[in-house]
Amino acid sequence: MSDITKQSLSELVENIKGKKLSSSEVTKAFVERSEKSKELNAYITEDYANALNKAKTFDEKPNLDLKLPGIPMAVKDLFCTKDLRTTAGSKILNNFVPTYESTVTQNIWNEGAILMGKLNCDEFAMGSSNETSFFGNVQNPIDKNLVPGGSSGGSSSAVAAQLTPITIGTDTGGSIRQPASFTGTVGLKPTYGSCSRYGIVAFASSLDQAGPMAQNVKDCALLHEVISTYDEKDSTSIDFKRNDYSKELTKDIKGKKIGIPKEYRVDSMPKEIEDLWKKGIEYAKDCGAEIIDISLPHTNYALPTYYIVAPAEASSNLARYDGVKYGFRAEGENLIDMYEKTRSEGFGAEVQRRIMIGTYVLSSGYYDAYYLKAQKVRKLIKNDFDDAYKKVDAILTPSTPSSAFKIGEKTNDPVSMYLNDIFTVPVNLAGLPGISIPAGHDAKGYPLGLQIIGKAFDEQNILNIAYAMEEKINFKNNITDWWIK
Amino acid sequence: MSKSKSEYLINRHDNQYEVVIGLEVHAQVTSESKLFSTSATKFGAEPNTQVSLVDAAFPGMLPVINEYCVKQAIKTGIGLKAKINKRSVFDRKNYFYADLPQGYQISQFKDPIVGEGKVILDMPDGQKEVGIERLHLEQDAGKSIHDLDPKNTFVDLNRSGVALMEIVSKPDLRSPDEVNAYIKKLRSIMRYLGTCDGNMQEGSLRADVNVSVRKKGSKEFGTRCEIKNVNSIKFMQMAIEYEANRQVDLIEDGQTIDQETRLFDTKKNETRSMRSKEDAHDYRYFPDPDLLPLEVSDDFIENLKSEIPELPDEKKKRFIEKFKLSPYEANILVSDIETSNYFENVIKKSDVKLATNWIIGELFAALNEKNLEITESPISAGNLSKLINLIKDGTISGKIAKTVFEQMMEGDKDPKKIVEEKGLKQESDPKALEALIDKVIDDNRDKATEYKSGKVKLFGFFVGQVMKVSGGKANPQLVNEILKKKL
Repeated sequence: MSDITKQSLSELVENIKGKKLSSSEVTKAFVERSEKSKELNAYITEDYANALNKAKTFDEKPNLDLKLPGIPMAVKDLFCTKDLRTTAGSKILNNFVPTYESTVTQNIWNEGAILMGKLNCDEFAMGSSNETSFFGNVQNPIDKNLVPGGSSGGSSSAVAAQLTPITIGTDTGGSIRQPASFTGTVGLKPTYGSCSRYGIVAFASSLDQAGPMAQNVKDCALLHEVISTYDEKDSTSIDFKRNDYSKELTKDIKGKKIGIPKEYRVDSMPKEIEDLWKKGIEYAKDCGAEIIDISLPHTNYALPTYYIVAPAEASSNLARYDGVKYGFRAEGENLIDMYEKTRSEGFGAEVQRRIMIGTYVLSSGYYDAYYLKAQKVRKLIKNDFDDAYKKVDAILTPSTPSSAFKIGEKTNDPVSMYLNDIFTVPVNLAGLPGISIPAGHDAKGYPLGLQIIGKAFDEQNILNIAYAMEEKINFKNNITDWWIK
Repeated sequence: MSKSKSEYLINRHDNQYEVVIGLEVHAQVTSESKLFSTSATKFGAEPNTQVSLVDAAFPGMLPVINEYCVKQAIKTGIGLKAKINKRSVFDRKNYFYADLPQGYQISQFKDPIVGEGKVILDMPDGQKEVGIERLHLEQDAGKSIHDLDPKNTFVDLNRSGVALMEIVSKPDLRSPDEVNAYIKKLRSIMRYLGTCDGNMQEGSLRADVNVSVRKKGSKEFGTRCEIKNVNSIKFMQMAIEYEANRQVDLIEDGQTIDQETRLFDTKKNETRSMRSKEDAHDYRYFPDPDLLPLEVSDDFIENLKSEIPELPDEKKKRFIEKFKLSPYEANILVSDIETSNYFENVIKKSDVKLATNWIIGELFAALNEKNLEITESPISAGNLSKLINLIKDGTISGKIAKTVFEQMMEGDKDPKKIVEEKGLKQESDPKALEALIDKVIDDNRDKATEYKSGKVKLFGFFVGQVMKVSGGKANPQLVNEILKKKL
């Protein structure tokens, strides 16, 4: 079979189960394409030899009852993988090899998938363009010198370029949905508490959530079904009834009420985003959904709130990288000197900026004005959604306020970079599920995404809406393999 | 320095100063595993052998609360007659140190698990109530070892993450003696509850001591200094004495006291400045986002209440009412759970009054001499009660009993066997005693005559002679009676 890497996850699973393809054939195809795609810089750590060995072992005694039988997969380098270097895109963890496996990746291997390597990301998932990675920029396969979004930029690039059939990312303020939108792929940020955070390098604990990234909604549903489990090792994991998301997937969304929040019409929004949103509304209507205008009055405060809460938690979460126990250490005259040198040399500029912001907002005398106030606003933002969901089943918005931008375009303007998360951040603050699906192209031919936001634990509903709309939208990614010589 | 009654005052020139003390006691929770991980907590293990990935703060590791430690804290709160907070919150206390792997300590700041309570102290001039401000749960840090290498510091993380209860008193203590009584009482309550072993040598109980002084009669508190991490009652008392005098000297000299954190140097017997208020850490407390607020139900608390044993204050009351012990005797017997258990076992089958005297008197003296705890007593409660019964039923005299007791201390032998083997049984047969007495009178005719002529003091001489001849075995009461008749 020639174009193995062009197949969707569902097709690959079907072909392996039908013994039309072996895991070795599939793994070899993705490894070969990955090797030819080094210019994308999607990988931080490659583990191809092991992957091929594992595929061989799988083929010797294939268990075809598994959900991901012998499927090769690369994952974001924020997930700790046993015996394989895990860097979080940072120099400070450049040499760190975990002795343990994250719950989410363990769930994936338990269903038969095979690890190919670790994908690039913004340092400690702090960034919207993958430009803060210690391991360099990632190219968007859509066009040369275009960012793939971030922080799961290696993941979005690898899925769009078909270096991996599916992948997982993490989303703290939009880090799955924004890169999915920038690369014409599908990304789901699950309800907070749906996927275990155990073994994921922490950025902002109350916002971090792992989720699937795929080429289509069905693949996304299948992977979500595998990774979402209750985990006693994560105290914020929630024990609720999880669906068989892929089996229960349906395009019948007739009568579903979809809300359109007026506050998401931001002043600076390009016309093509406005047009995309209007098109999205028409697609939803075509699918039989009912469109209802709603208000989420505190939307404006979401971004400033996020940029207080997330750095505050990060400043504390990243305190453990001190050169004492593991990771990078710079020698110093004494303990304090060693700390200062290790953290100055080990962390990049964006991470240092957020640690400083976070330290500041938690300082005595500023705590009430910043952190405590932000927590109160966060509650108001959540209340907005609760009120809205009394009237609607889901909410439709653009995923991002623009299409992908050029590498280097926003690196000196952090605020403009932060604005990229304006539509995704409220969802994290409220702990809700949100999915980005590709819905069109801008004038330059770059993909644009629409976001469907659901009620807590209602992933099935937004997957169904996305599944129905996906068919109507009939999106095609224009990828020319320009990076393959 | 003057002491009128138990009042502790510092005199300088014409001024009298009162000392105000508050304690923050760190008590290690008795638990097989740590507060947020499953690592063991055994004392004295090889360095870094009781450390999990969570304790060492590896990337992506998350804390999971140990329910047993929560129960222990609530039980302690119940023992301190304190308000149990059904909702409490774990916060992060952020600071950098080599033995603090996370870069923060998980503690409780605004919403502790236990609120206000009280502890009753029995002081020589009566009872004193000391208020408890709060009790909260927190993680211990690891240990930095600076003296094994000239250049490097070693870190042992065995203690990292071990559960501590921080018990904060109100500034109600007024003297080193009250501090002594307070720590002992706290320790006693926790040992009754089984929530902290109170072992100060092993660091299971340590305290930060807040000291200020004020002129006697003043209602305002003076500026306080905090003396960090003192690990014995004696050192606490010495530190308070030094620190209070230092503060009085400053005031008398017209100087002000800086609010600061100080260390007690046990070798020099002095406190010295560690850091001033200006240099105080900004700990940037905020709720730990890895942990949900801790919520406990009324049922959960009620169930724990039903597991609470009789505590020292109640036991003391019962001992006084039921066994007619004096408050002094009751205090001694309830001060520690093992002693009270021993006492209650002895009196199951023997006389209360005798048992009280023998335990507080002979047994304590003998144990002290051998430097043994009551749990290590060579004499079991059962055998002590047998000995007491032998006295009570007249089989042996009190004096013989002491001989038997000494032999029992050498190894837990049945006192009846000792009495039989050594022929120590008391002679209570009137006929046998009469014969003995007749012989003594015969042998001392001259003295008998003197006695009869009015020298009554000689009666004691005859008792002594009879006892001597009988080898101490004659029943002294009977000897008295018969002698009176015969002489």
